[in-house]
This record gives sequence, structure tokens and C-alpha cells, in this order.
Amino acid sequence: MKKILLLILVFIITTSAKGEDIYVIKNATIIPVTSQNITEGTIVIKGSKITGIGKNIIIPDGAEVIDGTGLYVYPGMINSFTVLGLYEIGAVGVTVDAHEKGTYNSFITASKAINPHSVHIPITRVNGITSALVVPSGAVISGQSALINLNGWTIDEMILKNPAGIHISFPESEPISDFKTPTKKQIKETKDKFLEIVKNLDELLERARVYDAALESNINPSEDLLLEALKPVIKKELPVIISVNRENDIIEAVKFVNKNKIRAIFYGVTDGWKTASLLAKNNIPVIISSLRSPRGRFDPYDAIYSNAGILQKAGVKFTFATGDAPSARSLPYHAGKSAAFGLPKDEALKGVTIYPAEIFGVADKVGSLEAGKIANIVVTDGDILEIRTQIKHLFINGRKIGLTTKHTELYEKFRKRP
Amino acid sequence: MKNNFHKQWILITCTLLIYTVRVFAGGDIFIENGTILTVTSGIIENGSILIKNGKIVQIGKGLKSPRGVTVINAKGKYVMPGIIDSHCHIAIEGGVNESTQAVTSEVKVEDVIRHDDPAIYRYLTEGVTSVMTLHGSANIIGGQNAVLKLKYGKSAEQLLIKDAKGGIKMALGENQKTKGRRRHPSYPEGRLGIAHILKNSFIEAKEYIRKWDEYKNKIKSGKIAIPPKKDLRLEAITDVLKGNLKIHCHCYRADEILMVMKTCEEFGVKILSFEHCLEGYKVADEIAKHGAIPSIFVDHWAYKIEAFDSTPYNSTILNERGAKVAINSDGIDVVRRLYHEAAKTVKYGVPEEDALKMITIYPAEIIGIEDRAGSIEIGKDGDIAIFSHHPLSVYTKCEKTIIEGEIYFDIDKAKTTEKILKETVPVSYGTGGAR
Repeated sequence: MKKILLLILVFIITTSAKGEDIYVIKNATIIPVTSQNITEGTIVIKGSKITGIGKNIIIPDGAEVIDGTGLYVYPGMINSFTVLGLYEIGAVGVTVDAHEKGTYNSFITASKAINPHSVHIPITRVNGITSALVVPSGAVISGQSALINLNGWTIDEMILKNPAGIHISFPESEPISDFKTPTKKQIKETKDKFLEIVKNLDELLERARVYDAALESNINPSEDLLLEALKPVIKKELPVIISVNRENDIIEAVKFVNKNKIRAIFYGVTDGWKTASLLAKNNIPVIISSLRSPRGRFDPYDAIYSNAGILQKAGVKFTFATGDAPSARSLPYHAGKSAAFGLPKDEALKGVTIYPAEIFGVADKVGSLEAGKIANIVVTDGDILEIRTQIKHLFINGRKIGLTTKHTELYEKFRKRP
Repeated sequence: MKNNFHKQWILITCTLLIYTVRVFAGGDIFIENGTILTVTSGIIENGSILIKNGKIVQIGKGLKSPRGVTVINAKGKYVMPGIIDSHCHIAIEGGVNESTQAVTSEVKVEDVIRHDDPAIYRYLTEGVTSVMTLHGSANIIGGQNAVLKLKYGKSAEQLLIKDAKGGIKMALGENQKTKGRRRHPSYPEGRLGIAHILKNSFIEAKEYIRKWDEYKNKIKSGKIAIPPKKDLRLEAITDVLKGNLKIHCHCYRADEILMVMKTCEEFGVKILSFEHCLEGYKVADEIAKHGAIPSIFVDHWAYKIEAFDSTPYNSTILNERGAKVAINSDGIDVVRRLYHEAAKTVKYGVPEEDALKMITIYPAEIIGIEDRAGSIEIGKDGDIAIFSHHPLSVYTKCEKTIIEGEIYFDIDKAKTTEKILKETVPVSYGTGGAR
């Protein structure tokens, strides 16, 4: 009996030791993002964490050593707005869970339906993106997003922060009018609808305050999922992530944020270049994309490319996103394109690494290469933002991730066709 | 004195005349000291190009700038042929689909060109100089395409390349089953019906040719005969059978690619391009053998079922197996920057020189202007794009776009965001917005 117990003990120890895999990447150029680049550097990964980084690091026993000569080590990138895990094939509605019916859906939580085995997850991560914000859509308040790591057998293994924010699609205050001047009726209808929605949002937040006060004073109101979800918002514990694009709407959204004393992040912000000082003054970070056409048909051709550079110069904290699942892997090119149009290159890199980590409150865990942080690491043969760069090794949560995807499998299968 | 006055007038008139002729014939430009990516004959470091009357007349190192010609210093810049987009829907007035019937081969995009579409300018800012603009994919035979030079500011007549064989748009697969024809449910509703309609259209056109030949023969031999009824729809398909109208076939799945090739081969017709062709990699040998050019998206996928068994290695396999590949924009945001898309093919294993061909000479072949555009060669049109960095770098930006020796986009003169902001009086948001 004792022998059996001993055997079990040995088994537990060896398996747990197996769980604590050690990897070392040596002789590589390390780009920690938050500190100086290290040439001929070494980085040690133990379990899920980075345990050593620098020039003269002792390689621990039992480590799998990767020679990083000629290679570059980056922190994994973070895509700040996606539908990864909620979306498979656009035109096939039954494979898409990104939208939900309703108007004020604060109780909807993305994490409830994220499929860890979605085909889009490996395809995204092999391009160096190790984390993503997963966002529900389809209503004025569309629900709670989750920030996840892009590997795991279950959603619980993937969560970095949940909820990460509550999403509001801000109503438009004026009709879109690129060609035709809108009629007075159209202007009035749009404005009325806008005012009604903003009033409803104000009231909801006020109700959440009353609800919270009632709970605090042990009045015990009956549980209300709608208000329950808004509780951390009114306490400024959770940001509201507001989708808003046009200049006038951005101005209105800032008023809404200040009136309700909530913490906000703006998403979209195609007219950010027109409102940079306002956003900076109000300390509102933004999530933007650079590979889109300008919002207005007559906007300058480079408005979207130049947006990040102008916002950065004004002092607005920014991060990049693709907004979808199938092109979530193109994230680095959004940052790169902005760097072609005025954003300093190091800032472009921060916009997909440490800035999103700071914006979502997880900078102690991810976003840079530092001892103690989660080992989300990408090893490349060049500049991570360049399109032609190849990803050579990938670690998420300290696990070495294979680079095989549906795409490489199809390639291997059909290149061998006789 | 009076004599002098006359002389002056003669001089002015002559200058004006020469100027008018010059403008009409295209411009003169000398581009010096750039890295020239000729596409068809390698890279020339510190190279220069002389364009006269809109045509490339000299290429090489150490050329001297001729007098009276606009000189562009391209030191540190990359000079490539104007980018060609063989599949877009810009500059079309109104809807692009005549989706009421399965076959509308008689309608023509060139009849509805909108010369002032701001999209033309946006394409110019990305180094694009020529495009083919097509009908949508709502019906099996959509209509006849138009080929344009993006001479923004000129009339529709001046944009059109009349002698380019624009060809005809065909479309298979899911779009026939769903989207475009939802409002007009009719035969066919599946790939089997699509195959039948295609074959039947060719048979009808053959019969049309036979009737007209019969009539002409009767007249020739002095017999009395009544001419058959003119049918513009069949006339267009007749042109397809005779090879005067080239086929650009929207398709996704490997089976439908094989089906349309077989149907066309049965009638002795060659397909010029497969548009989208996301499963082309599965039948790369067959496509290469037929000689069609797949015109693809590099990694745009998963928007529908037929775009799901897709891989960005599509271009790699097709290229490896000897098919020419073009990359098109389809007017979608993500892929308007064709040079970005070309760079993606390199990531997936295509050699850089082939990647550049995919946005220049191969699409030029699709739109039928390969003898005058798509590469930097003596005798070709002076259609040039100048980039700040290598066009396959993410950090590049197009700085000048030249068509037939005339500058149509110049970043120094463009109303960029930065310039507009400098000209704008800063907005005061008052205290309302501040915390």
C-alpha cells in the first residue's frame, strides 16, 4: 500500500514537473518594448511565466534551448477588438454568435460562447497575435467583452480579464450626408432618436447607481442582471467601450462620459484626427484601425492612415484592432501602416503590445517582456510589423505552440498533389 | 513695331498649339536616380527613365536629363510600373448588377462610367493607374466590362481604353444561389442549373451564328432571304465564341472551376481569368493547362462557405504549378492596397519578383493592355508609381502616380490630413467637453 502511495506521489511530482516546461531562447535580439532592446540576449520561460531576461542569464537545467541567432524576440501582440471564437463563416448565420438581439444588453457576456477551437484562433496566433478582446455586438449596449489568450483547451484557461469592458454603440447625432443635404425631417428624426437613446443610457446608469446604493444599504432589491452588469461601470471599476466615429458624435460621447462620471475607451474613432485634443484633454484612450477607407467619401485619402500619428502626437493613448475574426491576423499591418504615415515606429509597436495591456488593465501580466509576466512570446526573423516577416516560434502562457493551421494543412496536402 | 506684334502672336499661337498637341499626346517626364523595379527585366539601381509624349523612350543608368522636361528626383525611392487592378467596381454609376435575369450579356459598363467617382482618386493615391471595372456577380453572365486609365479629372471618354478587350463577366456558385437574385427567384438555384445555363447560352449563340451565316450565304449567291432578328444578348455571346470578348469568370470552388473550363473547351473557348478563385490551388495544374489567370484575394476568406476551404498559400501553389496569378481589390477596403497584398504572397512563399508581377503585368494581361502597360519597358506607356520604401514594405507610401507621362497624384500637392489640419483653425470645445 505504501509502495502504491509512493508511486502515485512520484507520478504527481513528475507530471507536475512536466507541466513546468522550461524553454530558453538564446543569442537573440530581444525587444522587451518597455525597456532597451537586448542584443545577443537570453530569455527564460518557466511554467507560464518569463523568469529571466537579459544578457548574462544562466540557462537552467532541463531547459529546451532554442538558438535565436539572427532572430528577434517580441512580446505577443494584442488585438483590441475582435469576434474571435464567436464567428466562423460570415454568410452562415448559425456559425456566428457575435450579434444578439435587443437594445440594452449589458448582461450579455462574450465569454459564455467563445469557442476555444474556432479555426480563426490558430490562424490569428501564428501571425504573432497572442491575445484578443472578444466583443459582442448588435445592440446599443451590446454586452461584456473578454480579453483572452489565444490558446487553451477551455475558455477558463484563456481568460486574461473578464469582463474587460461593457460595450456601447453610440447613436449618431446627425444623418450621414456625403452627397445629399439631409432634409429637415431626416435631421429631426435622427436627432430625436439620438436624444432618446442617450436619455435611456443616462437613466440606466442612474438606475444602476440606485440599485448599487440599495445593495450597499442592505435593502436587497431583487436581482437585476441588466443593472448588476452596470455596477462596476458606475464605480469606474470597468470601462465602457464606446463605438463612435464621427466628429460630432465623438463630441457628444465625451459629454455623455463626463456627465455620467464613467471611465471610457472609444472604439472606431475614424474622426480622431479632427478631435485629438478633445480626446487627449479628457484622457480617453482609443482603439483604432488603419487599413480602412476614410469614413467620409471626401475625407483626405490618408485620414485613416494618419489618424494614429495625430492622436499620438496629441497625447491620446491608442491601440489597434481589426474588428473581426478572419483578418484578425492582419493586426501588425494596421500598426505598420500608421508608422508609414507619421506614427513613430516604436509607438506603432507599443500600440499592439504594452498600450492595449495598459488600456485594459493587464500591463502587470502581458504586453512586454519582463520577468514575472506571462510568457506570451513571438520569435521572428525580422520586424514583427513587416508583412514579409516570418514567425519562427510562438509561446502562449509559457506553452510552445505549433505553427500548423487549417491553412498550412491545406498547403501541405495540395502541394503534394501528384 | 507692328511686325513684332504679329511675330509675338504667331509665337504665342505656335506655343499654344505645340502645348495642346503635347498634352494630347501625353506628357514628358524624366525620373532620375531611383531604384527601378521594371518587373519584366529586373531591378536597376540608381536608374533613370525618360518618358516622352506619354511613352517610355529610355531606361538605364547615367541618363542625362533632357532640357525642358519635368525632372523628378527619385533618389532613395522605388519606381515601379503603375499598379493594375483587374477587378473592381469603381466609377460605375448606380448599381453594378443587372440581376433581373440569369443572362444579361448585352449590358455594358462603359455606358455608365462615372468619371468623378472619388474612388478613382483613392486608387491613384495607392499607385494604381489602370483598372478593369466590372459588373457584379449577381447573375451568370453579367455584362461587358470596361477598362480605364485613372486619369482623374478627365471625361469618361478619356478614361476609357477603347481598344482594350474588356471582356465579359460570368459568375458561378453561391451568389447565384443566394444574394444577388434573392429578390428575383428564378432558374437556376444551384450549381447544376448554372452549368446548364452556361452550356445552353453557347448553344443558342452557335445557332445564332448559323442562322446569320445561312442568311449571308443566301444573299451572296443572289438568293432572296430575310435577315434573322438582331439579338444583342446573343451577339455578345457570339463574340465570346469568336474570342472577341474574353471571359472573366467569378468562381470559388474547384468543381465549378473544372466545370466551366470543360464547358468552354467543348466550344473551343478559352477563359482569360478566374476571378477570386479561392480553391484554385486544388486544381492548379488544370488551370495552368487551360492557360487562365486566377485573379485572387490573398488572404480574404471565411465570409461564406465557398470562401472557407481557402488558404493564403493559394497563390504559392498556383505560382509553383505554372499559373500566372493576379491580385485584385474588388473594391474592398482591406485589399485596396494591392502592394500590401502582394507582400502577403511573399510571406506565404512566392518570390518577390513574382509577387510584383501579380499586381502589374499579369493583371495587365487580364485587362488586355499587356503590350502597353504593366512593366517598365521602352515603348510602353509612361505609367509609373513612385514609392517611399520598397512597395512590399509595410512602411511604404505611394508618393507619385504618373499616367502617360502626366502626374495624377503627387503627395506634395495632395490635400493630406496634415495639410488640412494646418489650414484649419483649431476648434475650441469650450468647457463642456472637459472634465
